[in-house]
Amino acid sequence: MSKNSEYLIERENKQYEVIIGLEVHAQVTSESKLFSQSSTKFGAEPNTQVSLVDAAFPGMLPVINEFCIEQAIKTGIGLKAKINKKSVFDRKNYFYADLPQGYQISQYKYPIVGEGKVILDMPNGQKEIGIERLHLEQDAGKSIHDIDPNNTLVDLNRSGVALMEIVSKPDLRSPDEVNVYIKKLRSIMRYLGTCDGNMQEGSLRADVNVSVRLKGETEFGTRCEIKNVNSIKFMQMAIISEANRQIDLLEEGKEIDQETRLFDTKRNETRSMRSKEDAHDYRYFPDPDLLPLEISQELIEKIKLDIPELPDEKKKRFIDKFNLSPYEATILVSDIETSNFFEEVIKNSDVKLATNWITGELFAVLNEKNLEISQSPVSAKNLSKLINLIKDGTISGKIAKTVFEQMIDGDQDPLIIVKEKGLKQESDPKAIEELINKVIENNSDKVAEYKSGKDKLFGFFVGQAMKESKGKGNPQLINKILKEKLNG
Amino acid sequence: MSDITSQSLFELKSNIKEKKLSSEEITKAFINRAEKSKKLNVYVTDNFEKAIDQSKKFDSNPNLDFKLPGIPIAVKDLFCTNGVRTTAGSKILNNFVPTYESTVTQNLWSQGAILLGKLNCDEFAMGSSNETSFFGNVQNPVGENLVPGGSSGGSSAAVAANLTPVTIGTDTGGSIRQPASFTGTVGLKPTYGSCSRYGIVAFASSLDQAGPMTKNVRDCSMLLEVISSFDQKDSTSIDYKRNSYSKELSKDIKGKKIGIPKEYRVDNMPDEIEQLWKNGILYAKDCGAEIIDISLPHTNYALPTYYIVAPAEASSNLARYDGVKYGFRSPGQNLIEMYEKTRSEGFGDEVKRRIMIGTYVLSSGYYDAYYLKAQKVRQLIKKDFDDAFSKVDAILTPSTPSSAFKIGEKTNDPVSMYLNDIFTVPINLAGLPGISIPAGKDKNNYPLGLQVIGKPFDEQNILNISYALEDKINFKNDISDWWLSE
Repeated sequence: MSKNSEYLIERENKQYEVIIGLEVHAQVTSESKLFSQSSTKFGAEPNTQVSLVDAAFPGMLPVINEFCIEQAIKTGIGLKAKINKKSVFDRKNYFYADLPQGYQISQYKYPIVGEGKVILDMPNGQKEIGIERLHLEQDAGKSIHDIDPNNTLVDLNRSGVALMEIVSKPDLRSPDEVNVYIKKLRSIMRYLGTCDGNMQEGSLRADVNVSVRLKGETEFGTRCEIKNVNSIKFMQMAIISEANRQIDLLEEGKEIDQETRLFDTKRNETRSMRSKEDAHDYRYFPDPDLLPLEISQELIEKIKLDIPELPDEKKKRFIDKFNLSPYEATILVSDIETSNFFEEVIKNSDVKLATNWITGELFAVLNEKNLEISQSPVSAKNLSKLINLIKDGTISGKIAKTVFEQMIDGDQDPLIIVKEKGLKQESDPKAIEELINKVIENNSDKVAEYKSGKDKLFGFFVGQAMKESKGKGNPQLINKILKEKLNG
Repeated sequence: MSDITSQSLFELKSNIKEKKLSSEEITKAFINRAEKSKKLNVYVTDNFEKAIDQSKKFDSNPNLDFKLPGIPIAVKDLFCTNGVRTTAGSKILNNFVPTYESTVTQNLWSQGAILLGKLNCDEFAMGSSNETSFFGNVQNPVGENLVPGGSSGGSSAAVAANLTPVTIGTDTGGSIRQPASFTGTVGLKPTYGSCSRYGIVAFASSLDQAGPMTKNVRDCSMLLEVISSFDQKDSTSIDYKRNSYSKELSKDIKGKKIGIPKEYRVDNMPDEIEQLWKNGILYAKDCGAEIIDISLPHTNYALPTYYIVAPAEASSNLARYDGVKYGFRSPGQNLIEMYEKTRSEGFGDEVKRRIMIGTYVLSSGYYDAYYLKAQKVRQLIKKDFDDAFSKVDAILTPSTPSSAFKIGEKTNDPVSMYLNDIFTVPINLAGLPGISIPAGKDKNNYPLGLQVIGKPFDEQNILNISYALEDKINFKNDISDWWLSE
């Protein structure tokens, strides 16, 4: 990375570097919970997706959901990480109203996935972010404090839902990198189908570790952990605010206390939740209700066969095979639906035009209407038809935009629109010549001016001819014939 | 025909099969006796009305192929029973009625048995005398003001007092074998993983096992056959081929090698226990078994190891009793206060003691010194047995270092109480099967038991040895029915 792109915070001739590590909690895509058969569907009536195990009734025992194990392994493979053949589920003990067991089943010393990496495509090149580990754990229920004035209500629908905690190394250095990292992680998991990455529904949240140090320093500073931040924007805001808070302390000659903090989104500041001294003693120990998890090489090999082409590989293929620029390829592979859409469109149409239309007109519409590509108002099939109409000269690029605007309304077939509205481009030289003759006749004064040297008027004639053709005249042909007529 | 309630399971079965007795007659006989035996305090919750209905239902269309055809059975109140209050002997579950059935009790009902009621036990199975129960202590039918042992004290007393033909208990450190020994009955703790823990109120998950408690070894073999099963709802349940224990039961133990561990000769062991053991050895020889001296060098560490591992697991297992979801709640101004009041008022002293010990040994800074070390010692204890079982087929020891003691005698001395389990806890730590059979009496005429320990999944072998010894010992419990009221 070049020097000038470094993210540094300046203070009176001093430059501070920000060190960031993320613990991302990603909800495993699975029909049922990690240790019970209850549904994980989002948005159900409170406490309707709760089994006796989830509510920790006496004598109830956890039974591992093998599908969640496979999802974690799959994610590990996607992160180019080591899959641990033996891992252990531990109990993390603490009391809270929405934690029915009085402990969370998690993995402490022996996680299911070890070290891996994620490649970030930054504007000035690639950067590798190390993954420390990925482990499986249960989510807690939800405490609701604002419905009843006197009581806290508890919804256990989420209790026991499988989460993957993905811990990065402290390799991130700026809010931008955090943005790209989260998006890349989400993209990989969506390619794999292991987490839907839906931040609104809480499927992806993160604890953000932040420390600062003077540029050039090699030791890490004291870090603070900002708990449970649920959007990229808030993560970025929290990092900037927290880094500045730490730098202010250092500038005042004070020390930074290692502590857990919360981000107040309204005030745009972090505040202390608990200090290191007050840190919970979770009394981790191996859950005696569950045997150590043993994973066979056969299972890993079987899962490997299911791994689709991932964003990095797909990007390389798009560049090599379709001659896309790295920038275009990065955009098109960023999420699996986009790349699938792209590949569907180019099955029967021109790659260059498809790239431009998807990243241009289509993205603009999606943005404007706040839609995902999976909800695109124009299907891949109809977009490729439109591109073919442009390519074979049936319509001009300009007309195509008009057609596209109409296609948006109910995914209409461009062939029908062009036919019904008579938008087909006029490419018959005789017809063009006729209408040019008409223009010349009607504007004899301008013709005289042009001939006397006013070259700029050429554009006027093109405009008039186009107008005469009701916009359907082939622009190249109009140009050519006009030149012949006026200069001849 | 002898009195109904004094009959063994096999006698009752044959009387039912031969239509000499109906399920209703048997059920009513046990209920009648229970009504006159309230002084023993064995029942926490009875199920008498429903039991009579079910016995009538059985009689109307009896399935005689069942292994427990129309047999009424009371069970320890640690097994969750659908629609019948389950307390674990605790105030905190005083009002708890499960909507589900434990696998082990379901296995009983699936073979035709009928639930008579729920039997008293130490609170959350923590105790060796049944004195920690919220529902009061149980009287040992052997003698007034004697403890029946614990934690399955209601169960042992009920079998000894003919209040249930057989019963099931749970054993974490001796909770089946010690009360069996104190009441002159038979109690077997199966190999860890044999009987499902699903639906049993958990004490220490890596040690808890359900097992049969009966009047004799043959009944024990039949009950084990019924309750032992692989269960996918318990991840520690083990899928292996289980014997037809009662069918394969045999007194032929000729040539069996029986180990005698020298470390079980503990200091201050009463002479009568020593004598009991010697007699057991002689009987085994009489049966043609070969006696081999063995060593289990880490025996001394078993009790301290147990009193780290079991409370550690318990401290976490009991965290769910917090007043939020079910059971007893003492209101507070806020969540923390509600927790504190609920758990202070809902749990008894012994349970609180163990929660505190367990919390302490798992705490950061102490974990390595206590819990982790205890787990390592546990492996050594297990290895002792593995080594021993390369030389012998089974091990013979006393079940307890003393006979039943007086109610209140040890309540202020937890360590002396814990020492009661000195011969039984190593077997739980090693996950092995162990059975206690009545083998003699002390100077007060109180029963004493011998313990036979087997290899993992070798229940058949220890049942056979016990069956042979039982025959030689010819123990007779003389119980005077002193508690009966009109």
